[in-house]
Amino acid sequence: MTEVAMTNGLLLAGILFTLGLTSLLVRRNLIFVLMSLEVMLNAAGLAFVVAGARWHQADGQVMFLFILAMAASEVAVGLALAVEIHRRFKSLDVDTLSNMRG
Amino acid sequence: MLELLWLIPALPFASALVLMLSGSRFPQKAATALGVGSIGISALLTLLVAASFFIAPPADHSYTQLLWTWLNVGGFKPDIALRLDALSLVMVLVVTFVGFLIHVYSAEFMMEDEGYSRFFAYMNLFVASMITLLLGDNLLLLMLGWEGVGLCSYLLIGFWYREPANGHAARKAFVVTRVGDTLMLIGLLLLFTQLGTLQIQDLMQRASERWPAGSGYAVAAALLLLGGAVGKSAQLPLQVWLPDAMAGPTPTSALIHAATMVTAGVYLIARTHVLFSLAPAAQFAVAFVGAATLLLAGFSALTQHDIKRALAYSTVSQIGYMFLALGVGAWQAALFHFFTHAFFKALLFLCAGVIINALHEEHSIFKMGGLRKELPVAFWTFLIAGCSLAGLPFLTAGFFSKDLIIWEAWSADHGHPGFWIAGIVGALLTSLYTFRLIFRVFFGPLGTPVTKRLGYAMTIPLAVLALFSFGAGYLKAPLLNFLHSALPATMEAHAGGMTETGSEAVAAVVFLVGLYFAYLFHLQKRSLAEAAVLNPLGSLLHRWWFAGWGFDWIYDKVFVQPFIWAAQVNKSDFIDAFYSGVAWLADLFYRGLSRTESGRLRWYAAGMAVGSVVFLAMVLFR
Amino acid sequence: MELAFYIASAVAVLSTVLMVTRLNLVHALLYLIVSLLGVAVVFYVLGAPFVAALEVIVYAGAIMVLFVFVVMMLNLGKRSVETERQWLTPGIWTGPVLLAGVLLVEVVYLMRGVPAALGTAAVDPKAVGTALFGRYLIGVELASMLLLAGLVGAYHVGFRKNEKSGNRTGDAT
Repeated sequence: MTEVAMTNGLLLAGILFTLGLTSLLVRRNLIFVLMSLEVMLNAAGLAFVVAGARWHQADGQVMFLFILAMAASEVAVGLALAVEIHRRFKSLDVDTLSNMRG
Repeated sequence: MLELLWLIPALPFASALVLMLSGSRFPQKAATALGVGSIGISALLTLLVAASFFIAPPADHSYTQLLWTWLNVGGFKPDIALRLDALSLVMVLVVTFVGFLIHVYSAEFMMEDEGYSRFFAYMNLFVASMITLLLGDNLLLLMLGWEGVGLCSYLLIGFWYREPANGHAARKAFVVTRVGDTLMLIGLLLLFTQLGTLQIQDLMQRASERWPAGSGYAVAAALLLLGGAVGKSAQLPLQVWLPDAMAGPTPTSALIHAATMVTAGVYLIARTHVLFSLAPAAQFAVAFVGAATLLLAGFSALTQHDIKRALAYSTVSQIGYMFLALGVGAWQAALFHFFTHAFFKALLFLCAGVIINALHEEHSIFKMGGLRKELPVAFWTFLIAGCSLAGLPFLTAGFFSKDLIIWEAWSADHGHPGFWIAGIVGALLTSLYTFRLIFRVFFGPLGTPVTKRLGYAMTIPLAVLALFSFGAGYLKAPLLNFLHSALPATMEAHAGGMTETGSEAVAAVVFLVGLYFAYLFHLQKRSLAEAAVLNPLGSLLHRWWFAGWGFDWIYDKVFVQPFIWAAQVNKSDFIDAFYSGVAWLADLFYRGLSRTESGRLRWYAAGMAVGSVVFLAMVLFR
Repeated sequence: MELAFYIASAVAVLSTVLMVTRLNLVHALLYLIVSLLGVAVVFYVLGAPFVAALEVIVYAGAIMVLFVFVVMMLNLGKRSVETERQWLTPGIWTGPVLLAGVLLVEVVYLMRGVPAALGTAAVDPKAVGTALFGRYLIGVELASMLLLAGLVGAYHVGFRKNEKSGNRTGDAT
């Protein structure tokens, strides 16, 4: 493999993360929110892998694995919640789910 | 025997403490035993001490018992010391003896009241404070007793505290006497800073040494002490509290507001008579206050329809006589009048209590009548006391004491014919209003029917007091002689144109005139009384005198309303603004911060993003 | 091989942008899957074949499929497209774009002056496995517990008692 600058890898991760953050702040549909979370997690994992490749160690990939496991369980619970919310409130608007306010 | 002196105030104190700490569920018999018994034992001890004092008088006719040193600060060393001499002995005898009789009476009078033990606690505390006042060796201890009796007066006037009017009356009494107390305190401070001590005998000695007669300090100090006396004794201009103080239970009115507390002012002036002798201007003020008050109150007593209020104004008037005596230099006459007045005034109040109780809380004399046959004991004792008050010649104690004062008002070295005329007019008024009461209450057709009768506990004190109202006059010579050891004899300056017998004759005539007119207006032709009131001038005078010569109205307009206005205006001053500003600021923060907790997911996410931006910036661009 | 890296990263970024701006939920999902595949290629180029495979199998293959299942189950339809159109006004983009842009600028600034180049050798699965079950064993156990928790949680949240409307799954219709 030819060499790729680490900066570029991290830059890619940064861009993907930023896009995910923008999507999170803009979207009102709960499923979209969850999807943007996935994007952000993926970007973070990418950063880890890049770092691991820099040092030729497996640690980056191991970290990515853990992130993956966490993302999986989070998606499972999150989607179950989305389904329940859809059943109860008949809409997936995050802004209406604001009862816990001060 | 004299060493038992300290027990005389200590026993009522202890009893009051026990009764106060034990609460309202103390069994009534125990409360009675404690409350009445402590005063009884005090009275007994006083008799023993008095006997010992008579039989073997101590050196210099005074006995001091030092209990302990109160303070010792930079040369100021007041002690808790009790000093017994003729003056204090006479007064303590009266206080404990009359107090004991009134306590016995109260045991039956207050029997059904739920605050029974509280009542005795307050009464005992009062007696203890009064005795402390009388026996105090220095003015600070006297002040302690002074404040104590003021407190008990407040507590007892507002005894039935559930009624707001009683609370008002109690507050009024306290505030008005407070004005006097403040003046007295300033006087004490003046005396202390100028003469360096508050011990009474030292004080009198130093004052007579250092201050020439008529010096400014003497006059100022004497006038300030007079201010205190005027407050406590309900004289002009602070007499407004005593008629309203009748809101308290009748035994309280009898003990505190007739026989004892209101004479504390008389005691104070008599005690510091050296100071007053050094300040003729102040002494004249005393006499003037006394004369003015006795006339003012006499006119007011003539118009009252509440029997207790009439007796209250009568008390004010009689104390005016005592002040008049003090003012003209007739020290022993004032004390003698105090002695007799205590008996017959207490008796009058106790009878009034009996009547009010029997007629089921009816206070107005215009609704009473014909009680002569229904309440014979009350009738005869009230008659004796009333005659004593009005001064029935030769038979009653009041005659001897009041006439002595009237005579001295002419003949003493500070006397003046004007004072004599005031005294005579006062005697006329006294006779008028007393017999007005008697004729309205006991004669004529039956007004309100009698619902309750008396038991022995109420009858016996009445009888004993009646006996004394009768016979105390015969103690005149020995009493005056006895008091000579403590108070200087009155110097007879000028008797020009009048002899003692002549004065007594005029007083006797005045008594009969008053009796006749009272009979005319209030028994024979009652329509005359109504006509007098309906007449335009008569109506005006009636209303004016009924309202106590408008003093309440003046004080309200001049002091009370401006004070309330100032308090309202000051309610939200800058200090309040500061504190409410703090609260407002906290509220502002609360509102602001609670806006950030909107419950919206995207808002929180944005918050996190902003936070991370800020932190990164802090790290990067440090 | 660099070219592969740049092409794959361009694909990933582009499809992520598209995903962010779609109105239709399913379209967005599909774009996301493409993005994930692009990232998987990037992983491979960077010498991490194991995670590349994992990305495809687990992330795109399981998690995204889960998403698709749920979206299909919710059956949102045309109305959701209309709602999204209502919600996504142009004005709504300014704040988040600004914020995220600032964050990106800061991150880029952080990365300046890092000269390291990525290595040639790949880190093969064997090395990953050794590390995973050697040093990071406890992490593996915790991750499995996390997955268990997720499983139980999802089951509990989605559980439905007997209701009037609809039978429980498994009952004969």
